[in-house]
Amino acid sequence: MNDTPRILMCPPDYYGIQYEINPWMNRSRPAAHAEACRQWEQLRRILADTGATIELLEPVPGLPDLVFTANAAMIYQQTAYLSRFRHPERQGEEPINARWFSEHGYRVERLPEGYYFEGAGDALFCGDTLYAGYRIRTDIRSHQYISRKTGRRVISLELVDPYYYHLDTCFCPLNHEAAVYYPAAFDSYGQRALRENIPLLVEVQPEEARHFACNAVVVGRRVVTNTGCARLHQELRRLGFEPVETPLSEFVKAGGSAKCLTLRLDGEDAAGWRREAKAADSVPAGLDSPSDTPHFDVPAADGNL
Amino acid sequence: MSGEQPARVSVDVEVSGHIIDSLILPKILDQILTRGGRFEIKSFQIGQQRDDPSYALIEVQADQWSKLDEILASIADHGAVPVNNLDCRLEAADLDGAFPEGFYATTNQRTEVRIDGQWIPVEDQEMDCGIVVDRQERKARCVAMADVKKGQWVVVGYNGVRVYPQERTAERHSEFEFMTSAVSTEKPKGVAIRRIATEMRQARSEGGRILVVAGPAVVHTGSGPHLCRLIRAGYVDVLFAGNALAAHDIEEALFGTSLGVRLDRGEIAEAGHEHHLRTINRIRRVGGIRRAVEQGLLARGIMFECVRHGVDFLLAGSIRDDGPLPEVITDVLEAQRLMRRKLRGVTFCLMLATTLHSIAVGNLLPAWVRVVCVDINPSTAIKLSDRGSIQTLGLVTDVEPFLRALVDELEISDC
Repeated sequence: MNDTPRILMCPPDYYGIQYEINPWMNRSRPAAHAEACRQWEQLRRILADTGATIELLEPVPGLPDLVFTANAAMIYQQTAYLSRFRHPERQGEEPINARWFSEHGYRVERLPEGYYFEGAGDALFCGDTLYAGYRIRTDIRSHQYISRKTGRRVISLELVDPYYYHLDTCFCPLNHEAAVYYPAAFDSYGQRALRENIPLLVEVQPEEARHFACNAVVVGRRVVTNTGCARLHQELRRLGFEPVETPLSEFVKAGGSAKCLTLRLDGEDAAGWRREAKAADSVPAGLDSPSDTPHFDVPAADGNL
Repeated sequence: MSGEQPARVSVDVEVSGHIIDSLILPKILDQILTRGGRFEIKSFQIGQQRDDPSYALIEVQADQWSKLDEILASIADHGAVPVNNLDCRLEAADLDGAFPEGFYATTNQRTEVRIDGQWIPVEDQEMDCGIVVDRQERKARCVAMADVKKGQWVVVGYNGVRVYPQERTAERHSEFEFMTSAVSTEKPKGVAIRRIATEMRQARSEGGRILVVAGPAVVHTGSGPHLCRLIRAGYVDVLFAGNALAAHDIEEALFGTSLGVRLDRGEIAEAGHEHHLRTINRIRRVGGIRRAVEQGLLARGIMFECVRHGVDFLLAGSIRDDGPLPEVITDVLEAQRLMRRKLRGVTFCLMLATTLHSIAVGNLLPAWVRVVCVDINPSTAIKLSDRGSIQTLGLVTDVEPFLRALVDELEISDC
């Protein structure tokens, strides 16, 4: 398996606030297009600087949210579990995404008709477990379906605050055992499930949550977020990460930030299955099972992690 | 009557996935309880390995369907879906007069069947029938076994059928709630009669039809004139009786006796035992009760008032009937069919001193029709309740003082 991280992005050529499908969107507060392009380009550069390969999805007129590639699909090994958007405004993105994944060597898996599932926006691996948000966009039946298909444990988390309508707006795995989260976006059961299953949880304060602190892109030790998340960055540095901030205010107007603008094509660093894939890659010919210890390109768990 | 216990409805739901680690199962159970429901976990399989899903089969219970629907809607969002989320199963009747094996047997409670994902109310609700569905019209109705026709679609099994237990605490009937026991032998009759009068007035003002089912004891006890007053005052829309009530009522009109006893003096008349036969014979000779009224032969009594005031009466026969009178329907199945037709729109039923007719009519009535059963023998009301007419209020008393008091209570003063 090639270790170079690969990230899918879509240039914001046709990005804008053309409808309102979450509380952030307001057509009377349009995004400044030139500024949005500058912010997007800067994010692309920061991610490329981490050593990641940036792949581009061609923008399509009339699909302003295609820029948020996190919602295209959930990647599991070589399968793209395509999104089925709840809002008709975004359903036009589905065929574009399907074509891109099939043209790029992914097995494309569609959920059954009538299910709602919004890709990596609502489904994030942390270790061997898939954490999945439901209620506002994705429905819980999709979790059960994906669990059956992947054989992975899925922890379903109810999202209770419409401002944090996707899981990736309030939860971000940092590695196999650590994650950032904003507790108030979950009900008490979800908060408890996270506490009981993830060894290290970094709490984000409400004002930083509103700056999309949780909507971070993690590439190795680098954690890229919107500006205005100083306390989180401080905590991340203490834990051995290298936080990077970049202004993404024009995308916050549509309810998205760094993570929403990206899709990790080779699986997030925190996904346990990448470890298995690498181990399988390193098995010498003739051996049935890996005998060596897989290596990680993420910070190893120390006393704190 | 089991009025003390709240009615209960339930639906089985299932939920699967990592419902323990996600705390989805406790969340669902908590939601059921906080929304006023109850639950019973019928089956539970815990995943053996960390990645294995668990499965729970839960019976969700509530006092009424509206509450249960609310609970089901709320837990559906967390992945708990009804096991029985199915349309009713239909099978074409393969012959006339019998249902397919496994047919759904009805109760007298309000029922709905699910067709193409939608709940359709069942019409002509009646116990011990089958449900026939018209797929084009999307209609369902209760049909008696003898009346099913080959090729009709009949509901089979229990899927896609739901029953609404009669709510006993509905405000409308609160006046009856003071008598929660089925048969009141030791309750103040005055209070009961006052409240029955209120119900009758209410039924009339709401446009409901009032049915009286009466036995010959109404005539023997000298209560005929009271019933006549009820009829004249418009409190009787439908009368169901047998040959005997009509025969003795007309006997009284023609001879002044009932089963040979002079009602004014209580004495047995000379050759009085022949009076009812001569009565029936005379009516048969003129071609029936209506003709007798038209010809002036019959000029008073219950049947006379029925004809004069357009009461929709039906006389059902039995094997021990003398005659019978020409209007008596001797084919019991035909009598049942006609009774069903006449019961439409009935909201209040007064059963007076008759066991067999009361039970027969009780079998045909939906549970939401208020039934008052007056009989000197407590077993009549008990039998009615035991056979499923749980809405019955039984009054154990001689019918004459009951009717006299009821007429007074209704302030009928025209005669």
